[in-house]
Amino acid sequence: MPMLQIKHLTHYFGGLRAVYDFNLEMEQGDLVGLIGPNGAGKTTIFNLVTGAYRPTEGEVLLDGENLVGMRPHEITTRGIARTFQTIRLWNELSVLDNICIARASRIQYGLVDSILHGKRYWDEERQIKRRAFDLLAMFGLDKEAHEAAKNLPYGEQRKVEIARALATEPRLLLLDEPAAGMNPGEISDLMEFIQQIRRDFNLAIWIIEHQMRVIMNICERIKVVDFGETIAYGTPEEIRNNPRVIEAYLGEEAFDAA
Amino acid sequence: MKKYYLPLLILVLFVGIVGGSWLHVFNEYWQLVILFMGINIVLTVSLNLINGFMGEFSCGHAGFMAVGAYVSSILTVWLFADDKIFGPPVLPASWAIPLFPVILIIGAIAASLAGLLVAIPSFRTRGDYLAIITLAVNYIVKSAIENMEVIGGPRGFVGMKRVMNNMAAVFDAPWLLIWTFIGMLATIFIIRNFMSSTFGKGIEAIREDEIAAELMSVNTRRLKVIAFMLSCGLAGLAGGLFAHGPGGYINPGTFTILKSTEVMVMVYLGGMGSISGSIISAIGFTLLLELLRPLGTYKWVVIPLLLVVMMLFRPSGILGNKELTDVFPKLRAIFGAEEENYAHAAN
Ligand SMILES: Nc1ncnc2c1ncn2[C@@H]1O[C@H](COP(=O)(O)OP(=O)(O)O)[C@@H](O)[C@H]1O
Ligand SMILES: [Mg+2]
Repeated sequence: MPMLQIKHLTHYFGGLRAVYDFNLEMEQGDLVGLIGPNGAGKTTIFNLVTGAYRPTEGEVLLDGENLVGMRPHEITTRGIARTFQTIRLWNELSVLDNICIARASRIQYGLVDSILHGKRYWDEERQIKRRAFDLLAMFGLDKEAHEAAKNLPYGEQRKVEIARALATEPRLLLLDEPAAGMNPGEISDLMEFIQQIRRDFNLAIWIIEHQMRVIMNICERIKVVDFGETIAYGTPEEIRNNPRVIEAYLGEEAFDAA
Repeated sequence: MKKYYLPLLILVLFVGIVGGSWLHVFNEYWQLVILFMGINIVLTVSLNLINGFMGEFSCGHAGFMAVGAYVSSILTVWLFADDKIFGPPVLPASWAIPLFPVILIIGAIAASLAGLLVAIPSFRTRGDYLAIITLAVNYIVKSAIENMEVIGGPRGFVGMKRVMNNMAAVFDAPWLLIWTFIGMLATIFIIRNFMSSTFGKGIEAIREDEIAAELMSVNTRRLKVIAFMLSCGLAGLAGGLFAHGPGGYINPGTFTILKSTEVMVMVYLGGMGSISGSIISAIGFTLLLELLRPLGTYKWVVIPLLLVVMMLFRPSGILGNKELTDVFPKLRAIFGAEEENYAHAAN
């Protein structure tokens, strides 16, 4: 049984068909790309998989369990975490809190412990903090732990978002345009980093990206959508030479640049 | 050594306030002012959990206060006072002393259950339903009490003075002041500890970005219900304390939207999401109300004006979302022991 199985996923916004009959299978450790022109429905697909929207039709199965109808926190707890196209950190909170709060579903102590602060509470909180610092250290962000998230430069905020997603202990990580707004140097670091995360955390990664350099270099398979429909699926080489893809991207510089 | 500063400070305050009242170092008027300060701290800190930390807008705090006030007064009068409606006392007066805090807690639980009834429909869907529903509930609670003749209807409910007198007859101590002090400490302790836990900080994540919180595994609906019940429960506690004050009398007119507004004003003056701000503001506002008492109803001209001035010059309140210990780090020696251990553990 594949880890993730998406069957006939379809979504309408009123009369607008944003996603139509989307299908995908992913295994542990896969790195899959999702590309398509602006407004093609990519972010909507992530929103459907994570439960932010409920699909009009179709199924999302994680290890065979249907996630459709579950609330987002339940889906995240089962192992799917994401970042956002436009950064959605908790701005006023510290970087450390941003990471720790993402462990909400792993907290064992109850309401009473959270008020009385017994030994069990401290043992667990200490562990939460230690793990958070370990994560931040991996991203070179441990020095900024006590800084408010909003005070970090854009590139670092992107990293905090990835670290926050990892703190939920996902098996599948969804990245929505992680390279947006980064300079070429930062993008190279990011590519390196995504592959390192996959190795170290043994996860599957599914990435939406406009930067073809990223997609073509790190993804094993690429899905291309246009107007909500899948128009191609294959290896980077196959996608590069697919006439329908080239047509969909006609006039979009990003593709030529790859 | 440092870790004894806070307990020592609390002890000094307790002995000063309670001992001072007992020995009549300050007169009954000042005892009343201190009592109101304590009650207002409970109200302000508890409302701050919702309107400040969680960023929702509850405008019916007085409604939940009323639930606690009536439930606890009915219980104490029924159990410990000779009353026209409830008959002779059910239990001997000596039981009133240990049972008084239990009854206060029952009043708080009743208010928090009322909060649950409000929270379920309000938090089912996103949006600003809470403001409207709490506003409505404040009116409903007031009208419901007005229509219950058994508990005095619009004329109000009396008899609590007899309860307090009976308690004082068994052992003479400023019982209400003692329990108000403890209730205030408990409120600060509960909110501060809860909001410093990773579990409780999910509330701030909800304020910052609710959708991101839900997607990052925070069970936002459950957390919002818990926070709201906690806040309403503490409002009920404040109500119970208030009802047993020197007047020995409550009426539905006390728990109007004006009272709710007063609490909201204290929250905004102190700073949204600042516990120490709420404490300072509750103390300051109580004093201000007393200073303006000679003005009668005109104080409701002066207070909104002050609020406008405040919004112009310091829109985020006295402390903003900071704590006193952030502004004066030296105070951490007294108030910040717990956090400090924490930083060490983490590094
Ligand atoms: N919440 C929404 N309500 C209505 N229409 C939406 C909503 N979100 C996205 N859309 C529309 O759905 C289509 C797909 O959007 P999106 O998934 O964001 O595209 P992409 O991420 O591929 O750029 C677009 O036409 C967009 O305008
Ligand atoms: Mg998008």
